[in-house]
Amino acid sequence: MRAGLLGIEPLDRSEIEAILERAKAFQPAQNQPFVKLDTLRGKMIVNLFFEASTRTRTSFEIAAKRLGADAISITAAGSSMAKGESLVDTLNTLAAMRPDAIVMRHSASGAPHFLARHLPIPIINAGDGTHEHPTQALLDARTILDHRPTLEGLRVAIIGDIVHSRVARSNIFLLSKFNAEIVLCGPASLVPPELARIAPGVTITYDMREAIRGADVIMMLRVQLERQQEAAFPADEYFQFYGLRLEHLELAKPDAIVMHPGPINRGREISSEVADSQRSVILNQVENGVAVRMAVLERILG
Amino acid sequence: MPKLLIRNGRVMDPASGMDRVADVLIKSGLIVRIEPNIQATGAITFDASGLVVAPGFIDLHTHLREPGYEHAETIETGSRAAAAGGFTSVCAMPNSRPVNDDAAVTRYILEQAERFAITNVFPIGAITENSEGERLASIGSMKAAGAVAISDDGRPVMNSRVMRRAMEFARAFGMVVIDHCEDLNLSAGGDMHEGEQSVRLGLRGIPSVAEDIMVARDLLLVELTGARLHVAHVSSARSLAMIAEAKKRGLPVTCEVTPHHIALCDTDVVPYDSNFKMKPPLRSAADREALLEGIAAGVVDAIATDHAPHPGSEKMQEFEKCPFGVIGLETALGVALKVLVHTGRISLMRLIELFTTGPARVLGLDRGRLAPGAVADLTIFDPEMVWTYDVNRSCSKSKNSPFHGWTFRGGPVATVVKGRIVWQRNQERG
Repeated sequence: MRAGLLGIEPLDRSEIEAILERAKAFQPAQNQPFVKLDTLRGKMIVNLFFEASTRTRTSFEIAAKRLGADAISITAAGSSMAKGESLVDTLNTLAAMRPDAIVMRHSASGAPHFLARHLPIPIINAGDGTHEHPTQALLDARTILDHRPTLEGLRVAIIGDIVHSRVARSNIFLLSKFNAEIVLCGPASLVPPELARIAPGVTITYDMREAIRGADVIMMLRVQLERQQEAAFPADEYFQFYGLRLEHLELAKPDAIVMHPGPINRGREISSEVADSQRSVILNQVENGVAVRMAVLERILG
Repeated sequence: MPKLLIRNGRVMDPASGMDRVADVLIKSGLIVRIEPNIQATGAITFDASGLVVAPGFIDLHTHLREPGYEHAETIETGSRAAAAGGFTSVCAMPNSRPVNDDAAVTRYILEQAERFAITNVFPIGAITENSEGERLASIGSMKAAGAVAISDDGRPVMNSRVMRRAMEFARAFGMVVIDHCEDLNLSAGGDMHEGEQSVRLGLRGIPSVAEDIMVARDLLLVELTGARLHVAHVSSARSLAMIAEAKKRGLPVTCEVTPHHIALCDTDVVPYDSNFKMKPPLRSAADREALLEGIAAGVVDAIATDHAPHPGSEKMQEFEKCPFGVIGLETALGVALKVLVHTGRISLMRLIELFTTGPARVLGLDRGRLAPGAVADLTIFDPEMVWTYDVNRSCSKSKNSPFHGWTFRGGPVATVVKGRIVWQRNQERG
């Protein structure tokens, strides 16, 4: 972890468990005012976001500040990237300012891995293209564990545009390490058969009802129109076949939870009734985002 | 020019089947005699004891980047890299700036080569104007100016009607059509071979079928037009099988494979390292195996490097932004020995054939053989020398190689072009 956090795939199960356990300690007690810690006092963390983000950027910033670190956020639009500076040059410039860690989101898969090879500073991947989003998977696991005693053996349906989803990949890698039964579902063009081979315990179905049957967890993904190369599916009928509606929930386990990494498209991949239902833990996910990122920052910089 | 006597080497010539220790006497750029114990007073002698003396290697597929991209490579630096890899001839792909699509550019390349290249340079002309795939380039005049084949390498002709016309034209001029087979609609946006690894890494895939469809189309057009087709850098098992079948039916088709496609597959790609990014992409282990078997079975006619220099500034960025291509002239022999000969898949003679008579036959070049009267292009290599490739010491202007740090057994020692030693391995480097 000293080296940063580039993805879930290379992590050991014990490392994931340690982060999730530590994150629990950072979860705010009900109605208690938050106490600022000084674990990372004097440390500087740069949040470098080359792609739009609300919750991830904000929660990394809050996490850093709650640990007493100085956090600076830079977005591509307001930086020299917009003036045509290359990624390497931007990062070299920032590295010269000697931050203790760089939290980075980028639209290109592998951008943080590429930089990690050339910079001596720990890099935390806050989402790289269509590859991984490790802290999202960690906060999702934390959220599941708030509702289930263990990840072991859970049946998790992940539904939507899997091939373009970094959230899906990180969740698949994480849940697979805990022997979960992972069912992927979505339009065939967005769920290539190779996905079943990227980790043990993964199966694929194109029938949403089959995916949800007996599920402990239903993870919906955002339809990412911005990542479509071309019309990979007929957009008009997406909701009809792959949108989550109340009737689907009857097929899942009675206490199944519904998750979504946000931002949600109501009426596209999830109905408003489900998003606002008791089953939905979408806002718990957001809360856990801060706790999990505190645990990650502490582990890398503490 | 003084006479040159290459002494005591193991002379291996696939064209005649000769394989014996002998001397080679060269005079005025031509081979005069090949016999043991030649006495030649006043000749410069080169002691080739323990070394293999082969016909000069020919690379069918080189990007010299001149004119237009001299920051990546020039005819001079590219030819130096070629000589250091044991190549005496390189065929220059036309995707320069301007594209080599008329006789003036062809002549310019040949003039630059005359002045600056230390190896032979054979230009390949474009199929269409500016390689845009629409109007045919000046094929006849390029041939008259010295072009040895036509190709829109890297920007393949998608319009089958245009390709048909090009083949008809090429046939009439006795020109070989070299195709980089890639359906650009199927490959669009792709960064690596489409498979488990691309899905795992979140990279867009280039499916094998993008290559296969174009190979199939081209073979059908060959049947229709009778043109000579050479399929560049075959990477997929299915494509090779179709070529094998077409050959069996007697169609005038040949093909090449690259060293990187026979040494590496998609699981060897160092994640997001652009030194492993090329077109066609490194395919599956099964595809790689099929290529190796195709070489052993004689389906593959030549090994060609697809030497594609890109400067660091272009290769040092996000993977999806990096251009395709790797350099390969200096490592071709080492890689080929490693994966083909040391593994026992083919004989050393067959390997030499893939670098000499094979490519010469593809283009109908009068090169690639050792015999009295032949042009004295020779590749002298040590089949046992152990050496490690350091890309930072490359003669190429660019350093984009997937083989940096690889250790090889066997490599070039000296390169003779038209009777002159143009390159010799520095002994201190070992």
